Amino acid sequence: MAAEMIVNMTKTFPGRPPIRADFRFPVEAATVLILFGPSGSGKTTILRSLAGLEWPEQGSIRYLSRTWLDTAANMRIAPQDRHIGYMAQDYALFPTYTVAGNIAYGLGDLPAGDRNKRVDELLELFQLRGLETAKPRELSGGQQQRVALARAVAPRPLLLLLDEPLSALDAPTRLQLRGELRSLLKQLALPSVIVTHDWAEALTLGDIMAVVSGGAVLQVGTPQDVFSRPADAEVARVVGVETVVRGMLADLREGLATVQVGDVSLTAVAAEAIGPEVFVCIRAEDITLEPVGSGETSARNHLRGVVRSITSLGALAKVTVDCGFPLAALVTRSALGELNLGIGAPVKAACKAGSVHLIPRR
Amino acid sequence: MNWTAIWVTFKLASLTSAALLAIGLPIAYWLTFSRWRWKFLVESIVALPLVLPPTVLGFYILVAIGPHSPVGRFYAEVVGQPLPFSFQGLLFASILYSLPFAVQPFATAFEQVDRKLIEASWTLGLSKLKTFFKLIVPLSTAGLVTGTVLSFAHTLGEFGVVLMVGGNIEGVTRTVSIDIYDEVQALNYAAAGQTALLLLVVSYGVLLAVYAMNRKVWAAWPQK
Repeated sequence: MAAEMIVNMTKTFPGRPPIRADFRFPVEAATVLILFGPSGSGKTTILRSLAGLEWPEQGSIRYLSRTWLDTAANMRIAPQDRHIGYMAQDYALFPTYTVAGNIAYGLGDLPAGDRNKRVDELLELFQLRGLETAKPRELSGGQQQRVALARAVAPRPLLLLLDEPLSALDAPTRLQLRGELRSLLKQLALPSVIVTHDWAEALTLGDIMAVVSGGAVLQVGTPQDVFSRPADAEVARVVGVETVVRGMLADLREGLATVQVGDVSLTAVAAEAIGPEVFVCIRAEDITLEPVGSGETSARNHLRGVVRSITSLGALAKVTVDCGFPLAALVTRSALGELNLGIGAPVKAACKAGSVHLIPRR
Repeated sequence: MNWTAIWVTFKLASLTSAALLAIGLPIAYWLTFSRWRWKFLVESIVALPLVLPPTVLGFYILVAIGPHSPVGRFYAEVVGQPLPFSFQGLLFASILYSLPFAVQPFATAFEQVDRKLIEASWTLGLSKLKTFFKLIVPLSTAGLVTGTVLSFAHTLGEFGVVLMVGGNIEGVTRTVSIDIYDEVQALNYAAAGQTALLLLVVSYGVLLAVYAMNRKVWAAWPQK
């Protein structure tokens, strides 16, 4: 059987619309699937169903050669027998156990020597040395997150399930741990499913991304594909970032970065040091379209291009401008007329440096 | 003071709370975590001794374990001695009578354990039984102590059920509360007063300990 995860399930909570998930994706040693969607979209329910903590009333879940759920065959594998690592949003560390006790909790079947060795390895890998005997309430948010992750991976699970792994942290810690988490996941060579509503997290951590909204999986693809080519208006609304292109950092000084996207040079605000390879992300509503030959404005980026497509979205229209790379802009229909925009028309696209978001790509 | 009655009473109370710790834990676990829609039927039965007059409870227990019931006959045949008016019969009745005093604090403590912790334990491969002993019990110590102590204190002071099921046999089923009643009937107010004071002091002390523990004024108690 192909190394795949195949999910087809329906779960209904009383008084709410059903949550349906129907997707499959290939699993390799370190594939990270992102379940992306706004809160209440059903993404956490899908993750909990993968963990065996929710029982869909109908459907099946297969992972590699194992069947975890098949309601037609009345088959339900308990969470204990799925060999998964699961991390809840608030980490759910055991308050009566120490850091080492938490990590060793799932290793009860190992002989004491092997157990201690494994705990020791994880303390090292997750930089928790010196905190072995601390209780969870004595730890900072970032430390708690690392303990929870160490505990989840300690029994060497087949699949790691993380529910909003960074959302309980303050913003600076979140930024720092986002990068760390990515390299940890690759180092552990452990397939993972991560729930998030943060597009920067999706781009940093994900290999494949499933967009969940209104209790349904709308699109599955690489994060870059999903962001730049949403399957429909609903996906576009949910992801909120229409332009995602690869770029190379050319210069970084005084918090301003110059990024090269093909032949085009863009200026962006960069708060932190980032690697040379980046994703350049621009929201369509941050782009202003101007007639060619208009004067300079305070916007740092002015890109000449040609209109490639126009999609009507009610009062607004999405205009894709080819300016060396496809750039999506959201303008009103009246602006469309005043600027005389049609397919093939020349136009100038402007956006502020602060609207160009750089996400490190590893 | 009637030391034999005091000994019988403390033996009865200790065995009752020990038995309730063993029986009450699974009942409380089931009441807390079962999703059975008719669960409230069982909850009501467990709470029944709180409102039922002890004489009514005692009457039904007496009938249930008496020689005319299959249970009573079976017990008498196996053990060679009937249950009513024996210490074992009294113990059985005490366990039923104090059941809510143990089960309700247990169940309250279990309810307060965060479901997410239990789920984390399951995903780490621990069975429900192992999760219970490794996670739920350590997080519920205060409730477990409260339930055990309350059932102990409640058994110390029981009167109606003892009279109905145990009778008044010196050294076997004659407890402190019966002894006090007898002394008063015989107008021995001094002896009754001594025993009553002892019961008052012990009961108050036990409740003090429970309430102090639940307010965490005891630094000796491990903080959670």
